Amino acid sequence: MTIKILIADDEPNILISLEYLMKREGYEVHIARDGQEALDVVRRERPRLVLLDVMMPRKSGFEVCQELRADDAVKDTLVLMLTAKGRDTDVAKGLAMGADAYVTKPFSTKDLVQKVRELLAPTTPGA
Amino acid sequence: MGSRKLAFIGREAGGRHLPELPFGRTAAARRGLTMLSPALVLGASLAYLLLLFVVAWWADARSQQGRSVIGNAWVYALSMAVYCTAWTYFGSVGRAASGGVWFLPIYLGPTLAMVLAWTVLRKMIRIAHTYRITSIADFMASRYGKSPLLAGLVTLITVVGIVPYIALQLKAVSSGYALLTTPLGAPSTGRGSWWLDGTLYVALALAGFTMIFGTRHLDSTERHEGMVAAIAFESVVKLVAFVAVGVFVTWGLFGGPGDLFARAMAVPELKALLSPAQQGTRFAYAQWFALTMLSMLSVIFLPRQFQVMVIENVDEQHLKRAAWVFPAYLLAINVFVLPIALGGLLYFGAGAANADTFVLSLPLAAGHNGLALVAFVGGLSAATGMIIVEAIAVSTMVCNDLVMPMLLRLRRFSQRGDVTGLLLAIRRAAIVGVLLLGYLYFHLAGEAYALVSIGLISFAAVAQFAPAMLGGMYWKGGARAGALAGLLAGFALWVYTLMLPSIAKSGWWQTDFVARGPFGIELLRPEQLLGLTSLDYLTHSLFWSLLANVGLYVMVSLLRTPKARETSQALLFVDVFDRTQASRPVFWRGRAKVGDLLALTGRFLGEARAAKLFDDYARARGAPDASRIEPDARLVQFVETELAGAIGSASARVMVASVVEEDKLDMDDVLRILDEASQLRAYSKALENATAELRAANQRLESLDRLKDDFMSSVTHELRTPLTSIRALAELMVDDPDMPAGQRQQFLGIVVGETERLTRLVNQVLDMAKIESGHAEWHNSEVDLVALLKQAGETVHELLRERGAELVMQLPARVPMLRADPDRLMQVLMNLLSNAAKFVPAQGGRVELRLYAGAEGATVEVQDNGDGVPAAQHALIFEKFRQGGDAWNRPQGTGLGLPICRQIVEHFGGRMELRPDTGQGACFVFTLPWNSRPEPAPPGASMAADGDRA
Repeated sequence: MTIKILIADDEPNILISLEYLMKREGYEVHIARDGQEALDVVRRERPRLVLLDVMMPRKSGFEVCQELRADDAVKDTLVLMLTAKGRDTDVAKGLAMGADAYVTKPFSTKDLVQKVRELLAPTTPGA
Repeated sequence: MGSRKLAFIGREAGGRHLPELPFGRTAAARRGLTMLSPALVLGASLAYLLLLFVVAWWADARSQQGRSVIGNAWVYALSMAVYCTAWTYFGSVGRAASGGVWFLPIYLGPTLAMVLAWTVLRKMIRIAHTYRITSIADFMASRYGKSPLLAGLVTLITVVGIVPYIALQLKAVSSGYALLTTPLGAPSTGRGSWWLDGTLYVALALAGFTMIFGTRHLDSTERHEGMVAAIAFESVVKLVAFVAVGVFVTWGLFGGPGDLFARAMAVPELKALLSPAQQGTRFAYAQWFALTMLSMLSVIFLPRQFQVMVIENVDEQHLKRAAWVFPAYLLAINVFVLPIALGGLLYFGAGAANADTFVLSLPLAAGHNGLALVAFVGGLSAATGMIIVEAIAVSTMVCNDLVMPMLLRLRRFSQRGDVTGLLLAIRRAAIVGVLLLGYLYFHLAGEAYALVSIGLISFAAVAQFAPAMLGGMYWKGGARAGALAGLLAGFALWVYTLMLPSIAKSGWWQTDFVARGPFGIELLRPEQLLGLTSLDYLTHSLFWSLLANVGLYVMVSLLRTPKARETSQALLFVDVFDRTQASRPVFWRGRAKVGDLLALTGRFLGEARAAKLFDDYARARGAPDASRIEPDARLVQFVETELAGAIGSASARVMVASVVEEDKLDMDDVLRILDEASQLRAYSKALENATAELRAANQRLESLDRLKDDFMSSVTHELRTPLTSIRALAELMVDDPDMPAGQRQQFLGIVVGETERLTRLVNQVLDMAKIESGHAEWHNSEVDLVALLKQAGETVHELLRERGAELVMQLPARVPMLRADPDRLMQVLMNLLSNAAKFVPAQGGRVELRLYAGAEGATVEVQDNGDGVPAAQHALIFEKFRQGGDAWNRPQGTGLGLPICRQIVEHFGGRMELRPDTGQGACFVFTLPWNSRPEPAPPGASMAADGDRA
């Protein structure tokens, strides 16, 4: 069974590139354009991993992460935060909100793919 | 007023008759012929005094735990109501019954004083606290060069003026008691032997109370928390009791105020009473003015008022609330004066009963013994409150300003060690002495009719303090000789024109000299001095005594060269607000030893207290312990101030002079010291200012730094976002050489678009930075707005047509020329128009461009018919990197366009805003004044302004 991934970002061009990248890696990709939509899709589709942008309209990535962790049904969803603000405090805040990994923009596609694989590895033995 | 029947509380009670009452209350009145048992009244009085003890004890205990109950503006204001004595409580009604509204000036005066002169009070409080002033005599003495002579004179005047006032209180209590315990029909017990002892007993009980709470310990601030709490409590009691009687008379005996006044108006004598001008005479304006002024002065200068308002004040801020609470209290206690007076006159019939006793006799006659008892307790509280505070104030003055100076002359005294016990004993003796004097006066003059006007006579006595006090606080030229001369003259005239005639009229003395003048010299008639016949006796006395007082004070002050010490004290008093403790000049030169000063302090304050004071002083001055203190002028001044708190400034001066070696100061020394102090003050002020400026600059820098950080963080974010797409897409294409051509084409298109976005962003950030730093270049010329707008319309026409939208222009034919940079204005217009083009709907899009010419300037409006800007975003839309609309629909925005537009418009002196809620679409408006004066903005200034808006 293919692994479901949700990509949440409000920049259309970043969505296009990430969607292409993740599909190339063989994942089933869903997309969301703001924080609220991201939460709705997570609850509906139950993806294994969310690539979550921090600066989004309606709900920020931090808020989405917090709500996911507070909801028993989806609290085990893996979260990889993406942010264009690379300050140390932002990284610390993201991790404190319960993110599993943190990647700053612009990122190398190879590194990102590597990080996604690492996050998904323990749960997919034999894959 | 002098002609009214003055017997205070009825000896003739036995002789009064109860007329057949016109409104069916006879039966009730007859039932009221019962009396209260002496045991009950005595018991209630005793219980009340005990309660007072408990309140005072509780407040003292709280104060020692550091939870003071008097650190409160309400308690402070209530304690001021000690102004309302038994004279108010019983006498106002009596006054109203004979003189109508003439009871009012006594309460209007204080109200005016509090409202108009609270700044005077504030200054008085500041002076008294700064220099540890203990009494009004001390205040005057200290101001005029710490003169013991002046202190003694003021004390003497106070005692002479106040003792009869205390007697009045004692008499009120004893007569009230007599009224309650004597059957209404029975003959009065007259001057019985046991009852007089009763009054003596009251006086002694009050002396005991006063001693316990007034002189328990020797305090260098002379504050008495327990006493103040008790006084505030008494103020509540007397108000409640008086209002209770008022309510009973108005609604219990009569059918409300309307009924009461209607009945009064029906009786011709009472109707005459209610009109201001009585018995067909003209309204006595002079007398009204004199009474109001007299009570204005006495509310500040009566020793008990000075004690509670100035000495016992814990916080200057309390004065602000007291300035309206105290007048409100006076109003409340006066509301029922007329109703009770009229009620009594109607009930008993005019002239049938003593109006001074209506407060008691009305409830009693109606059979309400309980209420009568409450009324009596209210009167008791009014009397005791006055006696306690007055006794404390007067005893402090007698001790510090009469007895101490005499003791200091004795050789035996100077050899004694610790004298704190002696000081307390003197004060206690003074309290007993003052109360016994009051009792004696009551005993001797109890029958004398002069007793009632004693209140006003006392007022007139303390009014003599006003010129030297007020002059001393505001006029540096006021001198000791002037104060002495003014006081002596005022006091002498007061004795001659007010005191002696009242004694003569009381029947102790022949009245010939009042009627015909001494030795038959008419010009010297005490109540018509120098032929001044048009004034009543009180106004007359006040006129002459204050005229002589003020005149001599000013003239002698001007004629005599003041001594150096007077000048230095004058400076310290008048400029009390100008200086802080540290920069206040110290007018002393000489040599002292710390040991001598410590020993001296120990004698008057106790050795333990003295040691602690010196230790604290050493710490404050940075010395390791008391023995290492520098024995300089400041230490001498410190010791003198502390001693002044215990024994008064004049005595403290003498004592300090006796243990140190002083250089005599002359005027030049005083001026030099003052000069040094002002220089020091100027330096410290300059330093303070510089520090404040630095602090402000630093804060400004910090806030600019924060703004810069935020800006950089935003720019970084905006740069990284397109870079992310470019890098990711480029890497994808590199990784996959076999990517389908269509896909590759799409990605390349995005990459090109994102690089354009980056370029635009970099350009705009630079543009913004230039404008904000003031380095932008402005090529100003005469601009024809109509032509400019037409040009902008043509430029944007194609863009709009692509989106299927139309452009509607509303332009006047001609507007005045405007001086501005046409390229910059074009930039603004293009930004707004392309913005509008972005947000119009796909079908039926419409953008309007309008221009109005007003008197002040031109107004340009750009309106689209899109969804408009949500209200929540209105405030944000001009902030940097805050883009309007959905993120999906802003392919070309950088978030800097509108902020730059606003900066440009503001550069030309205009304003730009989003018109709130136009109903359909967004409407951006900017105005440009005809006379724009482009000012080069200092670097960072507009950035800060932007921050303020955020």
